[in-house]
Amino acid sequence: MKLSTPAAAPARSGVVARILVTIFFAGLLATPYLMRRFSTGGRTASAQPDSQAALARYGFYLQEVSHTAGIDFVHQAPTLDPKLAAIMPEVSSMGAAVSIVDFDRDGWPDIYVTNSAIGSKNHLYHNNHDGTFTDLAEQMGVADVNRDGTGVSMGAVWGDYDNDGYEDLFLVKWGRPELFHNDHGHGFTRVTDQSGLPTWFNANTAVWFDYDGDGLLDLFVGGYYPEGLDLWHLPSTRMMPESFEYAKNGGRKYLFHNLGNGHFEEVSAKVGIDSRRWALAAAAADLRGTGHPDLFVANDYGVSELYLNDGKHFHEAGAETGIGFAPKSGMNASVGDVFNQGKLDIYVSNISEEGVLIQGNNLWVPKDGPTLKYENLARDLGVELGGWSFGAQFGDLNNDGNLDIYLENGYISLDRKRSYWYDFAKVAGGNSSIIGDAANWPAFDGRSLSGYQQKHVWLNDGAGKFIDVAQAVGATDTYDGRSVVLADLWNRGVLDAVVANQRGPLLIYRNTVTPENDWIEFSLEGTKSNRSAIGAQLTLFWDGKQQVQQVSGGNGFASENDRRIHFGLGKKPQIDKVVIRWPSGAVQTLENLTPDRLYTVKERS
Amino acid sequence: MSQPTAQANQPQPDTRAKQHFRGWTPLPSRLNPYLPPIFITLILLIGNLSFGILESYSKTLLAIVTAITFELVLGRIFLHKWPHPASAYITGISVGILLRSPAFWPYALCSALSITSKYALRVQGRHIWNPSNFGICAMLILASQAVASLSIQWGNNFASLVVIWVLGTVIVLRAKRFHITLTYVVSFIALSFLRAHITGDPWQAEIAPITGPMYQLFIFFMITDPKTTVRSRMGQCGVAVAIAVVEFFLRLNSSIYAPLYALFWVGPLALFIEMWIDSHRGRSIASATVPSPEGLRS
Repeated sequence: MKLSTPAAAPARSGVVARILVTIFFAGLLATPYLMRRFSTGGRTASAQPDSQAALARYGFYLQEVSHTAGIDFVHQAPTLDPKLAAIMPEVSSMGAAVSIVDFDRDGWPDIYVTNSAIGSKNHLYHNNHDGTFTDLAEQMGVADVNRDGTGVSMGAVWGDYDNDGYEDLFLVKWGRPELFHNDHGHGFTRVTDQSGLPTWFNANTAVWFDYDGDGLLDLFVGGYYPEGLDLWHLPSTRMMPESFEYAKNGGRKYLFHNLGNGHFEEVSAKVGIDSRRWALAAAAADLRGTGHPDLFVANDYGVSELYLNDGKHFHEAGAETGIGFAPKSGMNASVGDVFNQGKLDIYVSNISEEGVLIQGNNLWVPKDGPTLKYENLARDLGVELGGWSFGAQFGDLNNDGNLDIYLENGYISLDRKRSYWYDFAKVAGGNSSIIGDAANWPAFDGRSLSGYQQKHVWLNDGAGKFIDVAQAVGATDTYDGRSVVLADLWNRGVLDAVVANQRGPLLIYRNTVTPENDWIEFSLEGTKSNRSAIGAQLTLFWDGKQQVQQVSGGNGFASENDRRIHFGLGKKPQIDKVVIRWPSGAVQTLENLTPDRLYTVKERS
Repeated sequence: MSQPTAQANQPQPDTRAKQHFRGWTPLPSRLNPYLPPIFITLILLIGNLSFGILESYSKTLLAIVTAITFELVLGRIFLHKWPHPASAYITGISVGILLRSPAFWPYALCSALSITSKYALRVQGRHIWNPSNFGICAMLILASQAVASLSIQWGNNFASLVVIWVLGTVIVLRAKRFHITLTYVVSFIALSFLRAHITGDPWQAEIAPITGPMYQLFIFFMITDPKTTVRSRMGQCGVAVAIAVVEFFLRLNSSIYAPLYALFWVGPLALFIEMWIDSHRGRSIASATVPSPEGLRS
């Protein structure tokens, strides 16, 4: 037996400590792998599309049916001033937009799609009630809206601004905005010149809402590029954002107050909306139960803004509510009651590119308490990482009673093997004098930037987690998705998805839902309130649960869902009631409701 | 980015603060150990109050607390004394600024990796990686799904650039390490023009990274670390040039985190060469005695 000497003991303990710290260090290095392997967030169902398996497992599946529905639309991107040729894919990366409207009030949703090349035509697909659509845009006078010298379309929102019962069209453009009056479903009359709208702006988002509760729809427009720029005839190449996180040199914001005579007064400064952040998406909703719709604006290159509305004035409260602290690349604004607790959450899409830029999407959930405070639960719920995300919508895709999320993504898909990310990151981190000049940016040269991305269809399990089932249920395209809408296109009690892709086809995903799950839908018409009922909130109570939804005048990214409100109910539901809070402040309660029906509700006058 | 002192196999961290700042002017000698932490805290506060550079205060606080905790625990185990927390504080704050993630855990893990690397990765009693450089590179490689760094961040305007240049210059001048920063900057700019010539991209695009405020943290606070740089002034300048050259090639290969990776490879290699030369000359390894801000930090 060999005895240790006193001097050997500390040396041996030092060796042991060294071994232990090395093992511990190796454990630290292995932690990211273990985190990824055992993380419950961002779960993905990796199964190949199998409609019957998806129906059995997730309660629904999607089939892309655009061609059989008679739609073969392919979006054309704008080509701006030749001085921007080197980075044209980046500066002209938006414009594909889709909105749902029943323009002729036949009870079937129609589809309006924008195009964005000079000379290209927008399309108004009329629902033929038989699974097909017919383009009536030319006939109705809303096709040829991208003429040389007038700019091009970036989006469209519908609202009955004169309360005649028919949805009118506001066209969001990089160029001359257009307002079309709906002539009782027989055609549209251009009324831009007498409306008081500006002659030019470069905007990507607009929202119809009645901010002052006078029963007339007002219009918010969020500028992106500065309104003084004619993007086809630029004085110089200094037209880029001054920063990629703190830019305040974008387009101005507009709030057009509806005067009721076909004329609008621009009142943004008067009511407290003053921002030159680069707005990409907006949504209006009464977030505090005050009866006044607040306004959420998702900005590119910076923080989001939340304008709280007291009925006459707005107060920007992004920072104090928690949503306006970390600057990201906001590209979507959707509201939905994720937890079935009667409160509206806000989903904002941003950029996440593995190894390069991890902004993460935001799911802003209101905290309990006397003042409005939000916390971002996107990571906890598994809806944080969505690639270069754009439009998103809440909707119950499998009618199980929980709101799911359909997210579009993918920025620029060109050469699959060559990426522009290095050059993008190189310049974007530099000084504003370099960033702000397009001439300083390396040529795109056919490279991709977060291209060919898989979409996300996040299924809400009702227990605080989402699972991505896009591939399993058939949402398998990898186009550069921009705008997505959810609508019951064929009055079957299910939400179908329509996707507008930049430089890509319009896709219609026909949804098939397990018949075990029931549903209920509501179509509202205001009387004291605006006739579109935009801003009306419906809270459905069933099976001990409640869910609030709202009639929207534009949300997501460059999109507008069907005016009708769809609730999934799950199996054998017992419906207690629906409480409708109209924009006028009137509250209407309906009881004795039957599942699997569409209810048409007119506001009590 | 702090580490135990590199005294052979038995580091003596209790003397470290004095050693680090032997080159500083004597006037504020009692304050010297606290100046770099104060300066980098100023940068953080100015940046965050004016531009909101941080993901959140809580994440940065988590990085700092983790770094200090690990330093104290590991220092106590290996050095049998409580280490001065200043260097760990700067490591934590560097992680808080340089790392970007919507999650909390990467901040804690990065700080833990940074500090632990000083104790786990040692050659001849000397740690060879700049701790925060190691931690951030490890996170970028191993946790790319969750973190990013040095990309689209911070103000991008002239004011923030001036603030960091002034504060950084004050610190590295006092630490007598400005020659390293200057050599790197000159090398980077010269190679930027060469890169622009090769790629055909605008020279402004190649210069752009160094005009970003976040890049300045790398120039002033990371490559000047005395504990992970060679001793001689010429050698230090040579290493700075070498980092710029390796970064040059990495950039030609479209490596987004080229400066961090260049330091990751060049820094230890330079130290190995120095050790080999010392060994060849039969000299014992001595720790660097020239102070710098990074010395406190790392």
